[in-house]
Amino acid sequence: MSRLVFSGISKNFGAIQALSDVSLSIEPGEVLGLMGDNGAGKSTLAKIIAGNFRPSTGEISIDGISVVFHKPIDAQREGVAMVYQDLALADNLSAASNVFLGREPLRRFGPIRYIDYKRMNTVSADLFKQLKSETRPRQLVRRMSGGQRQAVAIARTLLSEPKIVMMDEPTAAISVRQVAEVLDLIRRLRDRGISVILISHRMPDIFSVSDNIAVLRRGRLVCRKPVGASSPEEVTGLITGAIDAA
Amino acid sequence: MTTLDDIINNSRHDSWFARLKNLQVFWVFIAAVLACLALSLMTDAFTSDRNLFNVARNFAFVAVIAIGMTAVIASGGIDLSVGSSVVLSAMVISVAMASGMGFWLSAGLALGAALLIGLFNGILIAYAGMPAFVVTLGSLSAARSLAMVLSDNKMIWEFGPDHDLLLWIGGGSTLGLPHPLYVLCVLAVVMSLVFRWTRWGQHLFAIGGNENAAVLAGIPVRRLKVSIYMFSAMTAGLAGILMAGWLGSVTTNLGQGMELTVIAAAVIGGANLAGGEGNALGAVVGALLIEVIRNSLILLGISTFWQGMFIGTFIIVAVAFDRFRNMRR
Ligand SMILES: Nc1ncnc2c1ncn2[C@@H]1O[C@H](COP(=O)(O)OP(=O)(O)OP(=O)(O)O)[C@@H](O)[C@H]1O
Ligand SMILES: [Mg+2]
Repeated sequence: MSRLVFSGISKNFGAIQALSDVSLSIEPGEVLGLMGDNGAGKSTLAKIIAGNFRPSTGEISIDGISVVFHKPIDAQREGVAMVYQDLALADNLSAASNVFLGREPLRRFGPIRYIDYKRMNTVSADLFKQLKSETRPRQLVRRMSGGQRQAVAIARTLLSEPKIVMMDEPTAAISVRQVAEVLDLIRRLRDRGISVILISHRMPDIFSVSDNIAVLRRGRLVCRKPVGASSPEEVTGLITGAIDAA
Repeated sequence: MTTLDDIINNSRHDSWFARLKNLQVFWVFIAAVLACLALSLMTDAFTSDRNLFNVARNFAFVAVIAIGMTAVIASGGIDLSVGSSVVLSAMVISVAMASGMGFWLSAGLALGAALLIGLFNGILIAYAGMPAFVVTLGSLSAARSLAMVLSDNKMIWEFGPDHDLLLWIGGGSTLGLPHPLYVLCVLAVVMSLVFRWTRWGQHLFAIGGNENAAVLAGIPVRRLKVSIYMFSAMTAGLAGILMAGWLGSVTTNLGQGMELTVIAAAVIGGANLAGGEGNALGAVVGALLIEVIRNSLILLGISTFWQGMFIGTFIIVAVAFDRFRNMRR
């Protein structure tokens, strides 16, 4: 059974048709590379799964059960985690505080309940270790590299044991070495049986880490096939419209 | 082979950063101490018990509100209405007590009035999405006007049956220390702990750092913002009650322009107007420095017209200090 199925998803913002009739499915442990030109509707699709937007029409099901998300928290409860394009981290807080933001463990001292920083630090250190990232729990996010920030954002999603992780341009604006780090993080997620939807403009990233590739053009799905059966040239053609569909 | 514990133990990195961050508080404190030392050498009057008592009491009022302001500023907002919440609270308690009501009930009403101002600010800012600057500028005007209506713009100096209790609470002392200073100490200690160790504190700083991230993390940002403005108004209300007792009379110009001194104290103490930073101790030390400057100008016989120049310089130096820190990062 597919982990996640979209059927006939459309979304319009007033007169703008951001997505039209997109149907797509993804298996457990699959990495799906989602590509498309600026404004093709990739982020919109991701935000629909994450519960930020509701589709104008169409249906989403997870593990065969139809779901409707009103808020991001609904999607999180169903095991959908989103790593946002802008990462959505609080720069002024530590890595551990960001990992646990909104879910801080508490300890009791008589009637007083206070944040269990020790546990937050231990658990985050453990998550960073699993991700093989050199991120220290107490370090301030402001002082981190792009790759470390990604690790914080991903560790944050791991905390809720997700089934599906969506990453919107995780490799934009970071150095080459850090890109390799992030791609490794994605492989670690896949190895745990998590389905990953990777949105990127970078062809080499998609081809090195994805199992399947999907291309959106002006809100329509024009291709969905195994990476092995495609090529960067074909995908470029699909994105620009030089090739109609594949 | 590094173990998990090594990683955690090696993460001492930010403890020196924390120290660096506290440097601003430290330097402001040093500045205040130096000013005190210089003053005690230059004039005998400064170290007189009477003067020290006055300094301690006067700065406590500003510092109490500066702690509330720090919460607002750290969450990325601003509250210009505190001076008016002070006068409204003072007026409510005086009118209520003058009409024969007891102290505690009247104090409750006064705090309630201040909290309503905070609630009003918070709801318009958090739920209607209006800019904090504009909303609180509006309530700055409205709350003072309410205080005038309430008192018919008359001075109140008789506080009914609990008259002496009010004067003792606001103007009295225990073990040689003025009562407002006790209130300040309790508030500063409690809020230092709350900022660091509770979800409320943690989430407040998260909102100031990246409001969008806080929303996505499922933090009830709107409710939290309302509570922050209510907290700020409550500190102003508390100061209003204490000031009524200290002055022994209340007029409608009480607390006029106080918001600027309070904001200055918070900023000098390390609150970042861009949000995400600030601490209770800093607010206290910032308020102390301002009061010491004010006091020294008076004692040295320098025109108090210079006061604004000194406070202005300190605000700018504090912000410059912050810029410098960020550059070295
Ligand atoms: N909240 C919104 N309100 C109105 N229009 C929107 C909104 N979000 C997206 N759109 C529009 O929907 C279309 C698809 O946008 P989307 O952000 O999904 O593109 P994208 O594929 O992620 O592009 P990019 O590669 O630039 O990130 C665009 O025309 C955009 O202007
Ligand atoms: Mg996008």
